[in-house]
Amino acid sequence: MVKNRQKIKNGISAVYLLLILLLIYAPILLLVVTSFSSARIIGEEGSFSLVWYAELFQSERVMGILVNTVVLALVAAALATLLGTAGAIGIFYSRKKVSTVMQGANQIPVVNAEIVTALSLAILFAAVGLQRTYFSLLVGHLVLCTPFVIISVLPKLKQMDNNLYEAALDLGASPTQALFKVVIPQIASGILSGFMLSVTLSLDDYIVTSFTKPATFDTISTYVYNAVKNESKSDLPLIRALSAIVFLVMIVLIVAAIVSSSEKKKEDRNKNA
Amino acid sequence: MEEQVKNKIIELIDVTKTYDDTVVIENVNLYVKKGEFITLLGPSGCGKTTTLRMIAGFEMPTSGKVLLNGRDISELPPNKRPVNTVFQRYALFPHLNVFENIAFGLKLKKVTNTYRNKNGDTYTKEEHLSKAEIAEKVKKALEIVDLEGFEKRSISTLSGGQQQRIAIARAIVNEPEILLLDEPLGALDLKMRKEMQLELKAMHKKLGITFIYVTHDQEEALTMSDTVVVMADGVIQQIGTPADIYNEPKNVFVADFIGESNIYNGMMPADRRVRFLGREFACVDEGFEKDEPVDVVVRPEDVQMVPPEKGMLQATVTSVVFKGIHYQILAEIGKAEIEIQSTQKKEVGDRIGIVIAPNEIHVMKKEFTVNRFDGTITKKNRVEFGDGEFDCDVTRLYPGSRLDEEGYLITAKGEKIDLTGVPVTVEVGLGDIRMSDDREEGGAEGNIISLIYKGDHYRYIVRTENEEDYVLASEDLWNENDHVSLIIPPEKIKLTLKKTEEK
Repeated sequence: MVKNRQKIKNGISAVYLLLILLLIYAPILLLVVTSFSSARIIGEEGSFSLVWYAELFQSERVMGILVNTVVLALVAAALATLLGTAGAIGIFYSRKKVSTVMQGANQIPVVNAEIVTALSLAILFAAVGLQRTYFSLLVGHLVLCTPFVIISVLPKLKQMDNNLYEAALDLGASPTQALFKVVIPQIASGILSGFMLSVTLSLDDYIVTSFTKPATFDTISTYVYNAVKNESKSDLPLIRALSAIVFLVMIVLIVAAIVSSSEKKKEDRNKNA
Repeated sequence: MEEQVKNKIIELIDVTKTYDDTVVIENVNLYVKKGEFITLLGPSGCGKTTTLRMIAGFEMPTSGKVLLNGRDISELPPNKRPVNTVFQRYALFPHLNVFENIAFGLKLKKVTNTYRNKNGDTYTKEEHLSKAEIAEKVKKALEIVDLEGFEKRSISTLSGGQQQRIAIARAIVNEPEILLLDEPLGALDLKMRKEMQLELKAMHKKLGITFIYVTHDQEEALTMSDTVVVMADGVIQQIGTPADIYNEPKNVFVADFIGESNIYNGMMPADRRVRFLGREFACVDEGFEKDEPVDVVVRPEDVQMVPPEKGMLQATVTSVVFKGIHYQILAEIGKAEIEIQSTQKKEVGDRIGIVIAPNEIHVMKKEFTVNRFDGTITKKNRVEFGDGEFDCDVTRLYPGSRLDEEGYLITAKGEKIDLTGVPVTVEVGLGDIRMSDDREEGGAEGNIISLIYKGDHYRYIVRTENEEDYVLASEDLWNENDHVSLIIPPEKIKLTLKKTEEK
């Protein structure tokens, strides 16, 4: 009797889980499936085909946009990591009052609506007479990413044994040497996760990008959005293929991240044993 | 006398350190002789670690000077000082292995090498140590700490004791003139700690460099040091050899902190006579004023038990605890309690006689006989002092005076005086202050920063937020750091007008 009840309970929870997963993944799966259909418009009759993929990789325009997006993400993430790490170290070693104020100030852009950030950037650029160029776009992405780098590096600094820095000085290192030889290695994992976070933020950003980019420049997000909005029918099936690829890349990245972190945990456990 | 001391390696002159408004180190004067093993000993928060950090260079003195071999190094950063530190929690670099940790300082070091060029002229070059030299030095350091062959191990695989040894190796490999050790054994278990104490002592002998050691463990300090510096509340209480500190404590704090002690209030009726526990004893101290109140300290192992009729005092045993080598016996003499260490076994309830030899009675000048404050009379004829405000009897300022309905003071001669804002000196006896945990009840409040048992009562020091200290005696037991409010009955507050105010 009890066993049966347990079985029913398990059954219900399994069904519930399945339902949730279906809700999350059905739209994406549908997109992936239709990307393999020769039909131009969803609902039209079509057969299995890789025609859109072929066309995608032949389209110089789309390939150019892809490169733009990735380069922008890497450059913005690298600069944001540099800025954010320096900022976090500065905040950590400031007097308590300064540090509290700075941490509070850093929280605001994180919780603020992105549209507000985007709009205020656009107004600022107009006010100082800055043309929409690649530079303004880069600045926009830096504003977007840097606070996230700070919030991923700061906890690592707080976890660090404060005597480590002093120990380095004590052993003859100058403050700069102590920073690079001891402090940075201690917070490396925070810096890396700040960088990765910045890459993903920049890769899929639409709002800030559309407010700060030059007119002729497109990233995947702005390209897809504009293509869908303007219903330039010729591009729509290509976008399905493009989105499917982006989805696949994301899955590969996430799985890689999970595998590497679980392996690292295992290693740590072995070390401690 | 201090002028005669040669080979001072470190000297602190009038060093004071304050954080914001809190004084952590007050006017410390201290020198360390070359090759000495010196220990800074005191309870937590006494300023011993801050003193060490000023020698290491992590803190700069607010005022005063730190001299190294006679040269002022007060402003020199830590990386420019020939001093290395073993940290309390080791502070090994977790991302480096054992070899890299120990070699950290060596790799940064530059030595001046002399070469000869083709023309036969000599020239010097600043160079890093070669890899082979570094490897050799690391190997030697690991030998000294008994961890040969540990070069490749990662820090996280080491036990606490091994990490401790690596931390020592990392410091001594740089051949510092002074090794600073900040409670280095605090994280080890008792057995390991005892072993390391002896090893450190042996290492000190072998290396011949100066060790400055910080600990709160009095036994550790007595075991290891050539010189012990007892600190409390940012002030040096006593400097001396372990034997001096134990046998001749300078004040009740040192007596209470080092070893076990019986501490009593006493009085000196004459030279070499002291009165305490309700009886007069012969002692060896002199030079006190007649009937001067004093503190008397007797070590438990110096109290002899004899048959009751042969004793100077008679007591009743209240507790017996077996301690291995001796029994710890508590006995009551009237209301007062005495602790005795003896190899004789006694039973609870036994009547015993007590004998204390004259040279075992340590008499010390009282630090506190009365609380004295600068105060001001407030509008309501209360008195403000010591970070608080209390009711008082202002008519005592002028004999024969009285207060009128409006609060003015009418003197015996009929003069009318407004006392508001008049500065006074306030005196309150140690026994006249009462503590309460109701914060509203007293005129001032603070935390208990010190308590000392005196046989039948405790002596407390209560410190207010703005660092005003009240000393008081109470039979009740409170704990250190308890927050209390202080109650003083108006009639116990003795007021006198400040001299300058009198015409």
